[in-house]
Amino acid sequence: MAMTITQRILAMHSGKDEVRPGDIVEAKVDLALANDITAPLAIKVFEELGVEKPFDREKIALVPDHFVPNKDIASAEQVKMVREFARKYGITHFFELGETGVEHILLPEKGLIAPGDLVVGADSHTCTYGALGAFATGVGSTDLGVTMATGKIWLRVPETIKFEYKGRLRPFVGGKDLILNTISLIGVDGANYKTMFFTGETVKELSMADRFTMANMAVEAGAKNGIFEPDEITREFLKDRVEKEGLWLREGPESTFQKEYVIDVSSLEPQVARPHSPANSVEVNELKGIKIDQVFIGSCTNGRYEDLYNAFQILKGRKVAKGVRLIVLPGTPTVYKEALQNGIIEGLLESGAVIGPPCCGPCLGGHMGILAESEVAVSTSNRNFLGRMGHPKSFVYLSNPFVAAASAVAGEIIHPKHVLGASHD
Amino acid sequence: MIKGRVWKFGDNVDTDVIIPARYLNTSNKQELKTFCFKDLIPDFSDRIKKGDIILAGENFGCGSSREHAPIALKEAGVALIIAKSFARIFFRNSLNIGLPLLEVKQGLDEVEQGDEMEVDLKTGKLFVKEKNISLDVKPITGLEKELIEAGGLLNYTKNRILRSENRS
Repeated sequence: MAMTITQRILAMHSGKDEVRPGDIVEAKVDLALANDITAPLAIKVFEELGVEKPFDREKIALVPDHFVPNKDIASAEQVKMVREFARKYGITHFFELGETGVEHILLPEKGLIAPGDLVVGADSHTCTYGALGAFATGVGSTDLGVTMATGKIWLRVPETIKFEYKGRLRPFVGGKDLILNTISLIGVDGANYKTMFFTGETVKELSMADRFTMANMAVEAGAKNGIFEPDEITREFLKDRVEKEGLWLREGPESTFQKEYVIDVSSLEPQVARPHSPANSVEVNELKGIKIDQVFIGSCTNGRYEDLYNAFQILKGRKVAKGVRLIVLPGTPTVYKEALQNGIIEGLLESGAVIGPPCCGPCLGGHMGILAESEVAVSTSNRNFLGRMGHPKSFVYLSNPFVAAASAVAGEIIHPKHVLGASHD
Repeated sequence: MIKGRVWKFGDNVDTDVIIPARYLNTSNKQELKTFCFKDLIPDFSDRIKKGDIILAGENFGCGSSREHAPIALKEAGVALIIAKSFARIFFRNSLNIGLPLLEVKQGLDEVEQGDEMEVDLKTGKLFVKEKNISLDVKPITGLEKELIEAGGLLNYTKNRILRSENRS
């Protein structure tokens, strides 16, 4: 039986010639990460194990990004605990405020992940790194604590579902729309325990930012990981970031997939997921006219430079509608700086946006930009569960940055072409 | 043998509902348990009794990787979660902290909130007297059983480290 990319990475990391779906393997980890919410529990587990030191201080990344700058005393204590742990063991990749950003944007930017790597993170969106052809999956804090001690993790080898995208994308349609549409097709548990393999002529043209967005949301269909074949676009992104060559794996004609979808996206319109599920997406026009109170542009899904650039294309020279709050959080200090140097930050400020520090912000309803009862938001993040962004009776619609920006201008959910004018029809 | 009252839930219960993110600024287990289902059932942590059982539909525990979710449930008193299916990170987190889970696809639809249920994890025997239900479900085996018996991945790993030290 020919193995898929995911199977080959798992086999290589567990010292086996072959692994089959359903096998449980103990695999060596190339990078283990945690954030300010999940690291404290992991550190407690690590300390209780009583080992002398972490398995490799250069293969652990600790990223305070959820409740920073510290939102209250309790959060400050959590970050302090992570900082002290990092100091005690000389953890190379601890990111202090000023260096830190949204973990899944920051770590690839810093060149910490190469194709073929095995990455586990105490954050469900760790699957983002599959965009680089790595096996990356979210785990809990106990897993992470044990991995920090042993350098290993138990994993069940997943089946792979293949998603082949065909056709040229329409204007204002990108990775976010492909993945929202795919999740609506298969449901929030449509890929539970499985690998989502993204391929096809459409995907081969996609930028790294779009691929990160797609891999990021694989978990919203329940997937263990999402994966792309690394190519020239990947190589361009990795240039000057990653020293090691990595394993450049591709699916062969004999790779065994549990299921295959061929999706023609040539007529796909921008997608918006209605409350309270990422699988509730419909074409933006179906929701036209829904009044909104807040727009959030940022998060590990859409807080990259390209996302801010796209939003700016809509907002340039326009004002945020009266009564609407637009919150923009650049994903990392580098993203912030690039947007600043290219006039995007200034432009967004002139439109009426508030620019916040690189962090997760309102995405998970803990910090900066919480919704009140009955408020409605459009967000470029990945989840719109009940109460996700604040009050249990608030409502979150998920979209790409073009739609989010256009909606901020109109004060209601709208297709970007209607904000830009007739020439974009 | 686990014996407790049933708390019934539907499909796709996510970890934001089990414990909203705004309460994740602590890793204190005693505090975490008081926030369990805070938005959905505000008095859940007062009403739950030690040994109670959660009975849910498909994809229980979907969403975030927060281990705070199974920790809050376990500390609040939940002894077992039965669902038609579990989201994968929640599944491994629960085993890793020694909270048993059973996947049961059929035969429990008529069970109601508050019914008394008895489950023997070793044999897979499940009873709901009020509904005359007697089911044979797949018992927990393999690595999952070892994790539950050890009380979670922490103890399981400790034991392994001890064993390898004794060998060398």
